[in-house]
Amino acid sequence: MMEGLAVAAGKVAFSLFVLLNFVMLLTWAERKQSALMQDRIGANRASIFGFTWLGLFHPLADALKMVSKEDFVPAGANRGLHAVAPFVALFFALISFAAIPFGDQLWIGRHPVNLQVIDLNIGLLYVFAAMSMGVYGFVLAGWASNNNFSLLGGLRAASQMISYEITIGAAVIGLVMVFGTINLQTIVHRQGELLLGFLPAWGVFYQPLGFLLFVTAAMAETKRAPFDLPEGESEIIGYFLEYSGIKFGMFLMTDFVETVVVAGLVATLFFGGWQFPYLYRDGFHLPGGGILVLSQQVVCVIQVLTFLSKLAFFCWLSLLVRWTFPRFRYDQLIRLGWQMMLPLSILNVVVTGGVLLLLHR
Amino acid sequence: MRNELMDNVETSTPVSTNRMRLSIGPSHPATHGTVKIDVELDGETMVDAQVEIGYLHRAFEKSCEQGNYMHPIPYTDRLNYVSPLICNFGYAQAVEKLLAIEITERCKYIRVIMSELSRVTDHLTCIGASAMELGAFTVFLYLMKAREYIYELIEDVTGARLTVSYVRIGGVKADFPWEFEKKTRLALRKTREVLDEVDRLLTKNRIFYDRMRGVGVCTPEIAIQYGITGPFLRSCGVNYDVRKVTPYLVYDCLDFEVPLGIQGDNYDRYLCRLREMEQSMRIVEQAFDRMPKGEINVDFEGRPMSAAEMRDLSKFGATEGLLRRSVNAEPTLAGSERVFSGLVNIPERKVMLPPKEETYSNIEGLMNHFKMVMTGHGLRPPKGETYTAVEGANGELGFFVVSDGTDRPYRVRCRPPCFPTMAALPHFLIGYSMADLIPTFGSVNMIGGELDR
Repeated sequence: MMEGLAVAAGKVAFSLFVLLNFVMLLTWAERKQSALMQDRIGANRASIFGFTWLGLFHPLADALKMVSKEDFVPAGANRGLHAVAPFVALFFALISFAAIPFGDQLWIGRHPVNLQVIDLNIGLLYVFAAMSMGVYGFVLAGWASNNNFSLLGGLRAASQMISYEITIGAAVIGLVMVFGTINLQTIVHRQGELLLGFLPAWGVFYQPLGFLLFVTAAMAETKRAPFDLPEGESEIIGYFLEYSGIKFGMFLMTDFVETVVVAGLVATLFFGGWQFPYLYRDGFHLPGGGILVLSQQVVCVIQVLTFLSKLAFFCWLSLLVRWTFPRFRYDQLIRLGWQMMLPLSILNVVVTGGVLLLLHR
Repeated sequence: MRNELMDNVETSTPVSTNRMRLSIGPSHPATHGTVKIDVELDGETMVDAQVEIGYLHRAFEKSCEQGNYMHPIPYTDRLNYVSPLICNFGYAQAVEKLLAIEITERCKYIRVIMSELSRVTDHLTCIGASAMELGAFTVFLYLMKAREYIYELIEDVTGARLTVSYVRIGGVKADFPWEFEKKTRLALRKTREVLDEVDRLLTKNRIFYDRMRGVGVCTPEIAIQYGITGPFLRSCGVNYDVRKVTPYLVYDCLDFEVPLGIQGDNYDRYLCRLREMEQSMRIVEQAFDRMPKGEINVDFEGRPMSAAEMRDLSKFGATEGLLRRSVNAEPTLAGSERVFSGLVNIPERKVMLPPKEETYSNIEGLMNHFKMVMTGHGLRPPKGETYTAVEGANGELGFFVVSDGTDRPYRVRCRPPCFPTMAALPHFLIGYSMADLIPTFGSVNMIGGELDR
C-alpha cells in the first residue's frame, strides 16, 4: 500500500517537474527564439552573482516579479469568481498531462512501474475533457472582470474552444480507428511496430491529413498566435485584461502548459510517443538483423529522453508558428474551423474507414 | 467582408439584444498616438463609431505666431514625427514663396533626397505597425531594422534622428557629409532586401490577405468629399500626387511613377505604400545622379581651425586674415561652413544666416547673424499670404502663411494630411467587425502630432 502510494507520488512529482520546467524553459525559449528570428539578442540581463547564462534566469526573475506585484481587483468585479478563474484554468491544464505516457514499464526489482501518472483506458477522452474544462477559467475571467474588453475575450475564448474541440475530436477518430483503442499507452505500443519493414509505424504515416488537422486545431486550442483571438493584444487585450500579479502569471502559464500538453499529445498520437525507432525492450533491433542488447533500465531512460525530445521539438514548432504568422479575424477563424477543418476531418474518417474495410476483407 | 448580420438585426430577432459601447483609446495598444474611438458593437460588428481627437493638441499654429519666421522650424519637426524632414521643407517652402526667393539647385536636390528618405521611413513605420497589430511582430522588427538604416543616414546629415530641424529659410543647415552618396546607396540596397523579405512574408500570406482585402473600403467619392490625399486617396484609384500635379523642387525633372490602387481597401493601401517606397528609392538614386556636384575642394587659404578657436581670436580683435580661413565647425554644425554654405544656401543676406566663418571673424558677419536672430529684427517678408503644399508621407501637407510685413508671421496654418482621413474614418469602420478597426486605423497612419497640432 505504502509502496504504491510512494510510486504514485513519484510519478506525479516527475510529471509535474517535467511539465513545469518545460513551461519555465518555454518562456525563455520563446524569448530567445523570437529574438533569433527577429535579429535581436533577447533577454540576457537577469543575473545571479554576475552569471547570466544566456538569460536562463529570466523565468525566475519573471516569477519573482509576478509574485511580488500588487494583486488588483477592479471595482464592480465579482471578487470570488475573479479569484477562482486563473486557478480553474491552470488546474485543468495541469491535470490533462497526467494521462500522457512518458515511458514504457520500468522494472524496479520485481515491480513493474508504468511510466504514466494514470493508466486510463479512456486516456484520450480524459485529456480532451480536461482541456475542455479549462475554458471555464477563461470564460469566468472574462465575465467576472466587469470590463467590456474582457467580456469580448471570454466570449471569443468560449466560441473558439467549442469550435475547435469538435475538430480535434474528429481529427483523431481516424487514428483511433487505425489503432483500435483510446488508451494512450496502448496507442504508443502499437506505434512500436514497423511499416514495410523499415518505417516506424507512427500515426503520422497512417494519418497524414489527420495529423495536419489535429496540429492546427490543437494550436487553436492553445490560444497562441495565429489563433490568439481571446487575447488579441492589439484589439481587445483579452480576457485577462483586469488581472495583475501572479493571477495574470497563471493565465500566461496556462497557455504554456497547454502548449506542452498539446506537444505531448501530438508526439504520443502521431510520432510514437516514447518509442525510439528500432528500440525494443531488450535493445536495438537493427534493420539489417543485428541486435544491440541493452539493459531494461537503459532502454527506459532512452525512451523517456526520446519522449522529452519529441516534446521539446513540438513546443519549438509552436514557437516558430507563433512568430511567423499574423492573427486571424474572429469570424475567419470560426469559419475555418466549421467550414474547412470539420468537413475535412469527417472526410478523413470516411476515407480511413473505407481503407480499413478494404484491407480487412 | 461587410457583415450581413447588421441588416438582419432589425427584422428578425425575437431575442432582445443589447448593443455594447466600447471606448477604444485614448490609451489602447492599437491607438499609437493618442486618440479615442467610441464604437458601438452589435456582437462584434461595429454599428457606430465616433472619433475623438485633440489629445495631442499643443497650439502649433498659435505658437508659430509668437516668434520670428525661423522659430517654427523646430515645431514642424513635431508635426509628423515619423517624417519630420518633409514638414520642415514644407514650411520653409511657404516662407520662401512669400519672400519670392529661389533656392540653389544643389539645395533642391538635397531637399528631394531627404524628403524621399523620410517618406520611406514613414511608410516602413506604417506597414510595420499595421503588421504588428495583426500579430506579425517579426515583420515589424524587420521593418524597424530597415528604418534604422535610413535613420542613420538622416542622423549623419542632420545630427538628429527625430527632431532634425534641418531646414533653413533659403537653404538647409548643412551640406551632405563625406561619402554620403555611397552610404545611401548601400542603405537603400539593404532596405530593398528587407522589403523583399517582407513582401514574401506578407503580400501573399493568406491570413494577412484575408485580414486586409475588402476591409475598410474607401470609395473615390468619399475620399474626394472629405479631401483625403496621399496613399489613402491613391489606393482608391484617384491619381493625385502633389509631386506630379504641382511639381515643386525638382520633381518635374525626375522619373517616377505614382502607384495606384483599385479597390481602396486596406490591402490596396498596403500595396500602394510598398510600391511607393520603391519609387522613393528610385527618386533618391536619380537625384544623386543628377545633383550638381558640390566642389568641396575649393582653394583654402590658411589652415582650418576649430570654430571655437576662431571665435576666441576674434574676441581679441585678431580678425585679420581670418575671413579667408576655413573652420571646422563643431559636429552638430558640420557641413555649414563657408565652402558648403555657398553651395546649399542662397547668398541672400536678409534671409540666410551667414556661414560660421563670417559670424566669428568679422563684424559684418556678426551683425548679420545678430540681425537674423534677435527678436524685432529677423527676416521680414513683404505683406501677403501664400499657400504651398508638399507631398507628405500621408498626403498633401500644406502651409498657409500670412505676413503683415513684420518679423513675425501673422498666421501659420497647417493642413495636416491625416485630419480629413480621421474625419472620414467612421465610413470605413461601420459595418465591419471590431477586429477590422485595427488594420483600417493602422492604414490611416494617424500621426497624433500632425493631426492635433
